[in-house]
Amino acid sequence: MVETSGVLVDVAFWVCAAVAVGFGVLVFVVDSMARATYALALSFVATGGALLLMQQSYLGVIVVLMMVMEMAVMAVYMVMFMGMNPALMPMSMVHSHRWAIGAAATTFLLLGSGAVLVPWPVRRGAPAPDVTDALGRAIMESHMLVMMIVGPVMVATIVVGVVLSSARTRYDRLGDDLDQPAADPPQEVR
Amino acid sequence: MTLETVLLVAAALVSVGLYGALSQQVVVMVMMGLELMIAGVLLALGGFWWFLSPDPSGQVLLLVVLAAMTVEMATGFAIATLLHRRAGSDMTDMAAELHE
Repeated sequence: MVETSGVLVDVAFWVCAAVAVGFGVLVFVVDSMARATYALALSFVATGGALLLMQQSYLGVIVVLMMVMEMAVMAVYMVMFMGMNPALMPMSMVHSHRWAIGAAATTFLLLGSGAVLVPWPVRRGAPAPDVTDALGRAIMESHMLVMMIVGPVMVATIVVGVVLSSARTRYDRLGDDLDQPAADPPQEVR
Repeated sequence: MTLETVLLVAAALVSVGLYGALSQQVVVMVMMGLELMIAGVLLALGGFWWFLSPDPSGQVLLLVVLAAMTVEMATGFAIATLLHRRAGSDMTDMAAELHE
């Protein structure tokens, strides 16, 4: 387990912080979506690294794994819909640029001043010897309701994803009450 | 590494994400902005957990935020697919009928 004091941890944290924020900015600076995707992946890996420094072994690793998978999905999405080699196609598609920069700067000032000025309380309690084990026990014992809700939400998300993205469902073919005659030929593309 | 520095980095991530979510025209880029914001929230929650009260309940909350991120990602891709099919576009400006 990593300790959260000491020069090494500080250096590692600042490296993670610089990579997370720097590549986060690069997402909206680089001129191709492929580069933006890689930049976001690196930013998230660094965020996962910062979580690992706070002994969140399970959640840190999950963040990294999830983002790698999501970047794979994004690559598939680009190949499917953008019809070009995204790495070679420069793009700059922004609107309300100044307004967005102003909103972002104001948000940072507000949140940052809150982070620095609020007198945070001292730490209560100590982490469990094995925080991953403690998390597993929490979601399977005292906080099982959370998992019981998150599970159906995930299933609902799968259903929503399929319903929204499928091209031609039975409701398209047979009407809202499923009482219309089937199209002939049945696989006719609209 | 202190709670303040962790929160400052988280605030930077949220702000950069907010800029992206407000300024980008391509739906996928808007989603990237939203994800950066959620990354900031995750980091801030991780900092609160570790520096204020490191008991398992806080980790469960982090898990819920991660789940929210998954839902956002999956639903966002589905909506982008639908938008592409209906309007032949992946730009937010061409989906203005969503708010009409």
